[in-house]
Amino acid sequence: MTTSVQMKKMTMIQGINDAMRTMLAEDENVLVMGQDVGVNGGVFRATEGLYEEFGKERIIDTPLAESGIIGTSIGLAVNGFKPIAEMQFFGFIYPAFNQIMTHATRIRQRSMGRYTAPIVIRAPYGAGVKAPEIHSDSVEALFTHMPGIKVVVPSNAYDAKGLLIESVNDPNPVLFLEPMRCYRSSRVEVPEEKYTIKLGKAAVRKEGEDISVFTWGAMTIETMKAVEQIEKEQNVSCEVIDLRTLYPMDKDTIAASVQKTGRALIVHEAPATGGVSGEVMSVINDTSFLYLRSPVERVCGFDIPVPVYSLENEYIPSPEKIKNAIQRSISF
Amino acid sequence: MLDKFPMQQILNEEGKVNPDAGIDKISIEQIKHFYYLMLRARLLDKKSVKLQRQGRIGTYVQYEGQEAAQVGSAAALEKGDWMFPTYRDHAATLTFGHSMRNLLLNWRGRIEGGLPPEGINIFPPAIPIASQLPHAAGAAWAEKKRGSDRVSLVYFGDGATSEGDFHEGLNFASVFQVPAVFFNQNNGFAISVPMEKQMNTKTIAQKGLGYDMECARVDGNDILAVYFAVKEAVERARKGEGPTLLEAVTWRYGAHTTADDPSKYRDQSESEKRRETTDPLLRLERYLKNEGEWEDAWTAALQEDINKEIETALEEMENYPEPDMSQLFDHVFDVPTWTIQEQIDEHLAVKGRKS
Ligand SMILES: Cc1ncc(C[n+]2csc(CCOP(=O)(O)OP(=O)(O)O)c2C)c(N)n1
Ligand SMILES: [Mg+2]
Repeated sequence: MTTSVQMKKMTMIQGINDAMRTMLAEDENVLVMGQDVGVNGGVFRATEGLYEEFGKERIIDTPLAESGIIGTSIGLAVNGFKPIAEMQFFGFIYPAFNQIMTHATRIRQRSMGRYTAPIVIRAPYGAGVKAPEIHSDSVEALFTHMPGIKVVVPSNAYDAKGLLIESVNDPNPVLFLEPMRCYRSSRVEVPEEKYTIKLGKAAVRKEGEDISVFTWGAMTIETMKAVEQIEKEQNVSCEVIDLRTLYPMDKDTIAASVQKTGRALIVHEAPATGGVSGEVMSVINDTSFLYLRSPVERVCGFDIPVPVYSLENEYIPSPEKIKNAIQRSISF
Repeated sequence: MLDKFPMQQILNEEGKVNPDAGIDKISIEQIKHFYYLMLRARLLDKKSVKLQRQGRIGTYVQYEGQEAAQVGSAAALEKGDWMFPTYRDHAATLTFGHSMRNLLLNWRGRIEGGLPPEGINIFPPAIPIASQLPHAAGAAWAEKKRGSDRVSLVYFGDGATSEGDFHEGLNFASVFQVPAVFFNQNNGFAISVPMEKQMNTKTIAQKGLGYDMECARVDGNDILAVYFAVKEAVERARKGEGPTLLEAVTWRYGAHTTADDPSKYRDQSESEKRRETTDPLLRLERYLKNEGEWEDAWTAALQEDINKEIETALEEMENYPEPDMSQLFDHVFDVPTWTIQEQIDEHLAVKGRKS
């Protein structure tokens, strides 16, 4: 095709806003609901302007009740609507856990396919913005472990728009996690028109030969920093892969990369034990064990609650730790 | 239901006393002390907003306008009672004996900020909305089981009444008839969401009826109305006569937090109007003037003392030692598990020990 695509520089929050606007305009069954998403435009301004454009029947300020938001979203969804439900922060999703775990993820199977819950649950997540306690949790693994829901984590505006549109189109429940640190950390060219990015496909951020570094969300920032530094300091070439979808994971891209480099490191902010890194290791083990030249490394958060903000920089994996892990792997 | 739950008031906006309100139960010294406590809370709040603007503390949650509700309720407690505050209730916790330095440290992202002095039962502020209500019911239940006459007092906002935990907390308290006082500050908004969108009821007090619980609605900007209503509820609880739900109708003047812009969702001129009319401090000032008990020198001296106290706390906050990273790992368990111990060792190998 030769039609020229109009591009616009956007922050990730603008990409998310644009995706919702696109889907609201296209499908009148799409609803946006959550705390402060209407008149206020969302506490991060993700829904800015939507209330004015689409009105109060479609952009809904709900009561302050996460279980209620997800529970009613399920009812709306089985009865024909497509709710995009916002959890104001990922750390406040817990009251809704029961509805997600016991209903959103199971209604398709329990009704032998008659009822489905194509809801998208959006939630700002992760540490590093000096938020108050609980606001900074990274508990994606609770949901990758949960059968029946897809888990998506964009790290920039382009991915956010394409992945969110695809998530709304997806006939299954999708948890769409938005790293707060990425909301305004970069501006990238984004097509003004509608486009989609397939769920389950990773993005190779940087090609390299000696080690594959797998990460997602805000940790792409730390990882890219570490890789730039270590490549300057020594003769090593790193491949960086942003997984973007944590469930289902992009097995082929992981395998191809590890089979090329023979080394792997996984970086995530969530606590190590039970973290998604274990699943990446499992994919590597299943597909590429005999290609490995050193043990798979990981740099993760500690097995502790995310600390209050004076200590959060001690908690978040640092470029220094990432470099050390690359070093260990290379010189094994 | 508005007629069943009229807003109880003792002092009206002009500082005049409702004649059948029993004001003679309280001395002028006590009223002056209330004024002092509210002034102390207000000056700390104003200072904190400034500190946030100067970057000396992080995001701050202001309570200006809600002093009567918080101070009046806290003043009705006694030592040994339990307090379960939210993130907005530092006027209450300060009144109940929290350390001003620690309250400030809380806004610096310090874990110490949640700790009151030894012997004062204040839970760290609840961040997940309404999660503290069942805790209050449980702590009160423990007092009842132990046969003591101590009670718990729990704070929450209008928005909190939508959460399941609100209803579960009330129901447990009612079923087990525990000595708990559920103290709602209805400031009209949950961030941007006004009460009319939060609930279809005109009052919060009436929600107690569903649990067959004593319930009442008071003017939350009238410290005397608040104090007597809470005191009555506390006394009922002490006598083993069960829990109470109180709705204190109030207003926050400022933004939800320093990260919020209220002009997005409401007309802030309402706050300006209220500063001149319903303001809790102004009301006591008018009362004291009506009674011929107001002296400018007295308030000037109070202000000076309070400002000194705040400056001292601020200095202590700023000179407080940097957090040791061991705080990350301490107290997650009684003793670290092996996974945590390995993480400590690795972390210290990278960072070196600070102390
Ligand atoms: C479970 C949960 N959901 C969402 C939030 C985000 N949040 C913080 S304060 C607030 C509004 C609370 O309103 P209200 O209960 O009226 O108390 P107020 O802030 O007015 O004192 C919201 C939605 C939260 N802290 N916890
Ligand atoms: Mg409120």
